[in-house]
Amino acid sequence: MTSRTTTGQATDRPRRAAPEQAAASTLADDQEAPFDQDRLPTPPGSSRALLASLLRPHSRRLWASALLVLLQQGAVQSGPLLVVVAIDTAVPALRGGDPVPLLSVAVAYLLTAVLAGGAQYAFVRQSGRVSQDVLLGLRTRIFRQLQDLSVDFHDRYTSGRVISRSTADVENLRGLVHNGLQDLVEIALSTLYISAVLLYLDWQLGVAALASTPVLVRLVRSLQRRSMRAYRRKSTATASVVVKLAETLNGIRTVRAFRRERANDAAFDVVNRRHELASGDASLEMTRYIVFSRLVADTAVAVLMLWSAYRVATGMLELGVLAGAVLYLRRLYDPIDRLGMLLNSYQAAAASLEKIAGLLLQRPGVPPPATPVELPVPRGPGPGRALVVEAASFAYRTGGEVLPRTDLALRPGSTVAVVGATGAGKSTLAKLLARFHDPTTGRVLLDGIDLRDLTDADLRRAVVIVAQEPFLFSGTVSDNIEIGRPGATREQVVRAAEAVGAHAFITALPDGYDTDLRARGGRISAGQRQLVSFARVLLADPAVLILDEATGSLDLPGERAVQYAMRTALHGRTAVVIAHRLSTAETADRVLVMADGRIVEDGAPADLVAAGGRFADMYRAWNESLR
Amino acid sequence: MTPTPALRRSAARTLLRLWPLIRPVRVHMITAVCAAVFATGASLTIPLVLKWMVDGPVSTGDLAGVWAGGAVLLLMGGAEAVLAGLRRWVLARPLARVEASFRALLHARLQRVPMAFHDRWSSGQLLSRVTSDLNQIRMFLSFPLMYLVVNGTTILGGYAILLAQRWTLGMVLLAPVVPLLVLCAVFESRYLVASLRAQDQSGDLATAVEESVLGIRIIKGFGRQRHQIDTLVGLAGRIRDTELDKARQLAVVRAASALLPELALGAALVIGVAQVAGGDLSAGTLVAFLTTALALRWPVESIGSLLAMGNEAAAATQRCFEVLDEPEEGEREPKPTAVTTTRTGPGELVFEGVEFRYPDALAGSPPVLRGVDLRVRAGETVAVVGATGCGKTTLTALVTRMHDPTGGRILLDGVDITDMPRERLRTEVAVAFEEATLFATTVADNVLLGGDGLGEADMWSALEVAQAAAFVAALPQGARTEVGERGSRLSGGQRQRLALSRAIIARPRYLVLDDFLSALDIRTEVLVEAALHDVLADTTALVIAHRPSTVLLADRVALLSGGRIAAVGTHRQLLRENTEYADLMGSGPQLRGGGDDR
Ligand SMILES: Nc1ncnc2c1ncn2[C@@H]1O[C@H](COP(=O)(O)OP(=O)(O)OP(=O)(O)O)[C@@H](O)[C@H]1O
Ligand SMILES: Nc1ncnc2c1ncn2[C@@H]1O[C@H](COP(=O)(O)OP(=O)(O)OP(=O)(O)O)[C@@H](O)[C@H]1O
Ligand SMILES: [Mg+2]
Ligand SMILES: [Mg+2]
Repeated sequence: MTSRTTTGQATDRPRRAAPEQAAASTLADDQEAPFDQDRLPTPPGSSRALLASLLRPHSRRLWASALLVLLQQGAVQSGPLLVVVAIDTAVPALRGGDPVPLLSVAVAYLLTAVLAGGAQYAFVRQSGRVSQDVLLGLRTRIFRQLQDLSVDFHDRYTSGRVISRSTADVENLRGLVHNGLQDLVEIALSTLYISAVLLYLDWQLGVAALASTPVLVRLVRSLQRRSMRAYRRKSTATASVVVKLAETLNGIRTVRAFRRERANDAAFDVVNRRHELASGDASLEMTRYIVFSRLVADTAVAVLMLWSAYRVATGMLELGVLAGAVLYLRRLYDPIDRLGMLLNSYQAAAASLEKIAGLLLQRPGVPPPATPVELPVPRGPGPGRALVVEAASFAYRTGGEVLPRTDLALRPGSTVAVVGATGAGKSTLAKLLARFHDPTTGRVLLDGIDLRDLTDADLRRAVVIVAQEPFLFSGTVSDNIEIGRPGATREQVVRAAEAVGAHAFITALPDGYDTDLRARGGRISAGQRQLVSFARVLLADPAVLILDEATGSLDLPGERAVQYAMRTALHGRTAVVIAHRLSTAETADRVLVMADGRIVEDGAPADLVAAGGRFADMYRAWNESLR
Repeated sequence: MTPTPALRRSAARTLLRLWPLIRPVRVHMITAVCAAVFATGASLTIPLVLKWMVDGPVSTGDLAGVWAGGAVLLLMGGAEAVLAGLRRWVLARPLARVEASFRALLHARLQRVPMAFHDRWSSGQLLSRVTSDLNQIRMFLSFPLMYLVVNGTTILGGYAILLAQRWTLGMVLLAPVVPLLVLCAVFESRYLVASLRAQDQSGDLATAVEESVLGIRIIKGFGRQRHQIDTLVGLAGRIRDTELDKARQLAVVRAASALLPELALGAALVIGVAQVAGGDLSAGTLVAFLTTALALRWPVESIGSLLAMGNEAAAATQRCFEVLDEPEEGEREPKPTAVTTTRTGPGELVFEGVEFRYPDALAGSPPVLRGVDLRVRAGETVAVVGATGCGKTTLTALVTRMHDPTGGRILLDGVDITDMPRERLRTEVAVAFEEATLFATTVADNVLLGGDGLGEADMWSALEVAQAAAFVAALPQGARTEVGERGSRLSGGQRQRLALSRAIIARPRYLVLDDFLSALDIRTEVLVEAALHDVLADTTALVIAHRPSTVLLADRVALLSGGRIAAVGTHRQLLRENTEYADLMGSGPQLRGGGDDR
């Protein structure tokens, strides 16, 4: 046990080595700041623009719906008219022995009733279709964007926020698109109609009544501004609730094992309380608006009434006209409440749309090429491709430089093992090779072509990475393996599973390949999850594969089965294998030893052992443990 | 993936289950209803006042009367505004509080239900309950519920007046009630089902969205973005289809509730006119009758939408109660032996014929663990080694009672752990899981959650042991650095070492470490093991290991095979004597031709 006494210094490289690096990191921090916020930066008016762009494709159907509302309103409003006709004409006519007017009223009534009902039916269906299409369109945009954004973005934005954006925030729009149109049309119709009637009956009264509009507009503006603030906070609070709970659910074992339940309750209370406050605030803003707008309206009615009385007394207005106008005067202000509610749901939607717009406006950190270059057929004898890292360096947005300038060339078809201390940057290198990130400087070339110039489809067909954390989706075993090649036959899936030695345990599951693995593959063991992840790679059959500790949780026989599968089924592929167990490294063609982001040793395993450097040390320690 | 509830209640009965939550705000709700009624009253009298002014003071030129009328108008208007405001104001905060307390209740319950519950439920389903379902319930309480009451009363009152005015005509107007009631009943049951389906589907969507983000590396790594988008859009499309189905049902009800009363009104009009013409009825009575009938139009029409919202709220309520009906993890009555004062120093951990079978295992298949007998002596470290999927993690989960054994028992210091309160058990036993779970907070918070009342010094010494102090100190904000969601800003080995620090920080009497060094390189592993020796000296530890280097940490090794402990001994002993063990540990490095020391 020689190496146990070699008390190594820090295994991790201090990340603030040089002052200029510190400066770079503060800069990076600044750039990063928006990612951590719930509300990503948006230009003003972006929520309105987003809403408009969502509605535009449906404009014809929206007009049709509006027409249906008009039709229905027309039919409904003609009811009282028919009553008047019936009493004024049909009664005398009937007394005179003429049933025709009554019959025509009856038929007209029947028609309007059917029309009202029919228009109502058609409207509800039509607007349902439009609004659902709008929501689906919005969701589709969100989903596309989510898949376009880089890994880096998602690490910061967190899944909880994404869930909140694509569920709660989208649902906030639902309220608006479901009822908004009908409200809007009816409010506009009623206001226009009654203003017209008022103006017609007594234009002075009409104009005076409309003079209260500026005050109401100011109330509306203030409602919009203030409730927007409340709804923004509410949407943020909803997201925090989701983030908190999602985290608890995902880490429920840890929560339980460390008795965090009460601490979590307290932490949850904080965000829950924030949500409660914002939600109450929004309701109170609405209350404020209702009280003030009602007061304005009722005062206006009273004042106008007094003024009219004065005019009647001075003979400027006929009593009969006033008698007619006065009831309309009151009805002019009827839609105020509905307007408030419409605005309320508009603001709720706008606050959410603003957040969604912020998400949609993010540019992918790993952008697709402007002019893609096609990947040539492999040059080498086998299916493998050459990977070259050219003067590449890399820094995460949140930290200092992790990989200083690195050069590396991997021959097609070779298997290269990467070993080194934890935190040395092995995974980071792997992520650059798979273009999860782009290098800060320099470039990575696949068969001579910059990864940045390849289409995603080409790149992913050629290079496949098995990330350090195996991730299984809820769904069946075969769904999970098929991620390697969608549409693969069951036979192909089974063959891949057999090759990695997963077939036996899969067939022992209750429904074999059709067993639901549950969230994150919770139904199977850690090693079994790694086997399933690896089976994906066999199906994908890439030219270059990158395994980031893909076998770390397997027992040695399992690991050997995987290695055998690599040598046979994936023979001739270029492979980059990161592993801590040297049983993997010793079978490689070439070993890279990494320390502090640099490649410090590079050579065939046997040569490195013979040369007596770090790898030789590790190798000795490894052998010790086997004896 | 929602387990379908066996029992379907009617919407009303489901909503009644909300009563305990609403109870604290019942006074507010009643006040709001009264305010709504009076506000309606005020707004109905304003036109009357206007009419009176025109017919009275204005026409007669009675100046005082006009001023009085104006004053009354202002008063009524003010009352209307204040009452309408009161109705909202009185409920604004209380209903938000009801929602929040319901949410807190759900959150608390979710943390305390048996682990098997979380195996069954996807997180999206739970998240959607805690957000959108609760939101729907609050919305229903704040508006539709009240209007169901107010409008229902208005309709009843209105019909009573109509019948009193002219019962024959009143009966004509009542004719559509029966078909409407039937329609509403049919609608209610179907709409409730559709609402449930819609909510379940949006829960499924939430799950899929979460996975598409957490699994983004896999999706991108295999270039499956298109496929993933299609899946998500497919799920969203299912929601759309359900919503369209709901819209269709709603359209029928709304159209019927507009059409049928209107037809009845038309019929009443025709009959009334005939009666007026025949002299049986005065024209004034007919006008009054029809005016009342027309006034009832909106309350009747609104019932369809209100019922729809009621059904959606009922669906939401049912979904929330699916969680609340799940009982919390029970505690057994502590036996007198269990209530001993907390001991210090290491204790003994004994597995006695422990059997375990997952509830959803294939019928007839053997249990995962079928009679594990193992004694870990006080202060001893025992490594458990076994093939992939043989049940090692399952065994560790039993120690902290994530699951309870289906047979046999586990003893700590001679006390059956099922006789201990879980809280105490989990204070005594600390674990590091095979997948290091970090929370999206600072390094310090993540490590300090390993125990109560610990400070910076404890943290650093724990980090020291896990060889994590150096890298933590070098992080941009040291121990105050945020680690990101699931620790994504750290390397695999860094995460694992933080999880280890968390397990050892409180110096627990028992330590369960599941494959906790798998992501460490050999050099670091050696250092961690050396430092751990001190900690393990006064701790009873159960260590799961895959690598020989980790096994070296243990005093003894137990081989788990076929659901039993097949062999126990020291590493070297087993390596020599047990072929299965030697196989698992690797038969020796292949560079040298392999296996020359066996
Ligand atoms: N998303 C990130 N943001 C900021 N820093 C990061 C991020 N991911 C990794 N790092 C840092 O970069 C360094 C290298 O990490 P990397 O994951 O490449 O290490 P590794 O060699 O794979 O280690 P291990 O063997 O533990 O997996 C570490 O110090 C880590 O803290
Ligand atoms: N939640 C579960 N429900 C049903 N079966 C499960 C569940 N978790 C694990 N299993 C099954 O029980 C067996 C034991 O799993 P366990 O996780 O204990 O294995 P393990 O020994 O820890 O393996 P590994 O070395 O891969 O971590 C496996 O065959 C697995 O498929
Ligand atoms: Mg790594
Ligand atoms: Mg395990």
